[in-house]
Amino acid sequence: MSEQTAVINKINQSIINRFPDWVREDEREGYEGLLVEAAHLIPFMEVLRDEFGYDSLTSVTGVDYLPEEKMEVVYHLYKSTGGSILVVKVQVPRSSPVIPSLVGLYPGAAFQEREAWDLLGIRFEGHPNLKRILMWEGFEGHPLRKDWVEAFFEGEFKPYEDRWPEGKVSKIETDKPLGKNINYPEGFNPETWIPDAKELLFQGTVSLKTEDDDPGLETEHLVVNLGPQHPSTHGVFRMVAKLEGETVVDLEPVMGYLHRNHEKIGERNTFSMNMPYTDRLDYFCSMSNNFGYALSVEKLLGEKYQPPERAQYIRVIMAELTRILNHFMAIGFFLNDLGAYFTPALYAIKERELILDIFEAVSGSRMMCNYFRFGGVVRDLPEGIEEHIRKMVYERLPRQIDEMDRYLVDNEIVVSRCQGVGVLTPEQAIAYSAAGPVLRASGVPYDIRRADPYGIYDRFDFDVAVRYHGDVYDRFLIKYDEVRQSIRILQQAIDGLPGGEILANKPAYKFRMPKGESYGRVEGPKGELGFYIVSDGTNNPWRYHVRAPSFINLTGLREMSLGEKIADLVAILGSIDIVLGEVDR
Amino acid sequence: MTEGLNLPEYYIPPEIEGTVAITTLDRIYNWGRRYSVWPMFFGLACCAIEMIATAGARFDMARFGMEIMRPSPRQCDLMIISGTVTKKLVPQIVRLYNQMPEPKYVLSMGACASGGGPFKRGYNVVAGIDKFLPVDVYVPGCPPTPQALLFGLMKIQEKIDQESISKVRWYSDEPDEGIPVPILGPDLIDPRDFPALLKKEQEKEKQA
Repeated sequence: MSEQTAVINKINQSIINRFPDWVREDEREGYEGLLVEAAHLIPFMEVLRDEFGYDSLTSVTGVDYLPEEKMEVVYHLYKSTGGSILVVKVQVPRSSPVIPSLVGLYPGAAFQEREAWDLLGIRFEGHPNLKRILMWEGFEGHPLRKDWVEAFFEGEFKPYEDRWPEGKVSKIETDKPLGKNINYPEGFNPETWIPDAKELLFQGTVSLKTEDDDPGLETEHLVVNLGPQHPSTHGVFRMVAKLEGETVVDLEPVMGYLHRNHEKIGERNTFSMNMPYTDRLDYFCSMSNNFGYALSVEKLLGEKYQPPERAQYIRVIMAELTRILNHFMAIGFFLNDLGAYFTPALYAIKERELILDIFEAVSGSRMMCNYFRFGGVVRDLPEGIEEHIRKMVYERLPRQIDEMDRYLVDNEIVVSRCQGVGVLTPEQAIAYSAAGPVLRASGVPYDIRRADPYGIYDRFDFDVAVRYHGDVYDRFLIKYDEVRQSIRILQQAIDGLPGGEILANKPAYKFRMPKGESYGRVEGPKGELGFYIVSDGTNNPWRYHVRAPSFINLTGLREMSLGEKIADLVAILGSIDIVLGEVDR
Repeated sequence: MTEGLNLPEYYIPPEIEGTVAITTLDRIYNWGRRYSVWPMFFGLACCAIEMIATAGARFDMARFGMEIMRPSPRQCDLMIISGTVTKKLVPQIVRLYNQMPEPKYVLSMGACASGGGPFKRGYNVVAGIDKFLPVDVYVPGCPPTPQALLFGLMKIQEKIDQESISKVRWYSDEPDEGIPVPILGPDLIDPRDFPALLKKEQEKEKQA
């Protein structure tokens, strides 16, 4: 760990030496990274990208430091050739939070900057389309600001006050007007209020329509809305596509229909209360979500909370089983999207059920496992499950993935519908901050398990799956490759599973959290899942942000879809493999 | 074949059992409907995955005559609210419900749809779909297991059994107005709240 810190310090020092006037080290207790003046941000980032090789801007988020009257924007960057994260921060006064937009340099920042604007009210100057992304246009206030309170506000931090004062139940609903989770601004009158929100919501749609690119020919563009209630959008996602005949000429993703305020609720919760909430981010992969969150909190807690050997192995087993589960389902649903309605998905669901049996045995719940704890896992493997996992990874899963391969990969319809469709070049994939299978199918062999290993992944022998065409077919095939590699890891992990403790510390409800920040990231089945946590030394996180891979992978959707047929749009979206719980959080 | 159809007080000779039944109009009407419930293929959140698992081979919803899940509301008669209902989405859900033809039922699946669940305090969350739609069956759980969902579906069937053709609302003379679609303003606005909101505003003016 100290070796790694030394390397990071060396890199930071070399950057500071290059820009002694613009940059300084973040010297707050427990913080890392570089502080840049807002005025110099763009030239600084340009040099970072072009000279230092930090070509991928993986996460952009804001923090509201209310007591210091400051807003901070935090950028996490990495090199696509590997290595650890570089943290860059910009501070602006809270009264006028304006920061130059990085969309010109890193197109992958587009959605994340919109999110920071939506939830924190930080304005990004020069952003081509700065409007709300998760809430609707016209919504009152920026909810993640520390002085913004929701309608059902009970207290700053959990645990809340007694709900049975003097033996009488008190409910938050009873105090609210109309008993609903609603907060109107002062003086709101529905009769005089002018409903402009609807027009603003469809603003993207309208602007798509008024473009005239061929003056000699009179053509009319057609705007098609897919979703939010559409069988192929994997939930409540919406795409607004502008068509020329059947060809997509413009596209705008619209999201937020499942925005469940994960981050606001997370900041009211204590640290350990957030674990079950992470299950509900990407609801296929609760174990990997747990892993990412546990990792970032452990980073903050320090050496004492490093999980014991056995827990490390159990974590890897669960995370890799999750990856297999996710990819099986992704293959099944993708074929659904191509028109092979439900039959391949039935095969996938069968395997999912068998893996869920393992999860249910170890954690007690099929989907929402809540299995990881800071410093280990919550309980040991029950008797007999080890044998079951061994059978699965040595016999059943290799056979089943071969079977799926035999049925689907060479299928003529699959091949002709997928090859050469929705291409994302490696340069584009990096620029759009794509992660996981989407990035690797474009020919960039970047896997956090190898590039910046966490847990005990440096011990296992596996290959980074990579494909080179960047089309829908490769994004489909790479899931097979990854399942095969996961099976390899699982075989090594189950054979090497040692005995011993499963939790580094005593099970605890509260932790003594040091001040500081941490960013923990894991290679989730859908890509880089990162948790950015700021602690002010209390029991509750001051800032809790999730870098959601599905959300950021969608930034490249427009690029992939331009020039394709409307029918292929569904296939392209299916190949990105999104889960709305994670997109909208 | 005719299981549950024949009235118990009538004797049917064993040689024609299964081909002949003596029954009431209500009973045959409900018997036909209970085995042909078409749920809407409408996933909201986590619970949708368990709903799909219920349609899968292990739990197999088709055993109860429900295997046809349609994405179009025009072809459905059961709406499974499978997940957290957000303010941004609730206008669409209400609109979908209004588009469903009668007879229609609503099953609220999981804690979020029933009362907000773990996300109840969220600023974008509607604490329960029953604030807008009439819910027939609530299924608890987070998410409910497929077995629990199947039990909920059987409860819908039981409810269908108890209805009488002379009293059902879709044959009554009262026109179906539908549910007013909520509006996205500075916060979610339910048109049914307008009188209450106006009254509050007037009281404030009086005080001032």
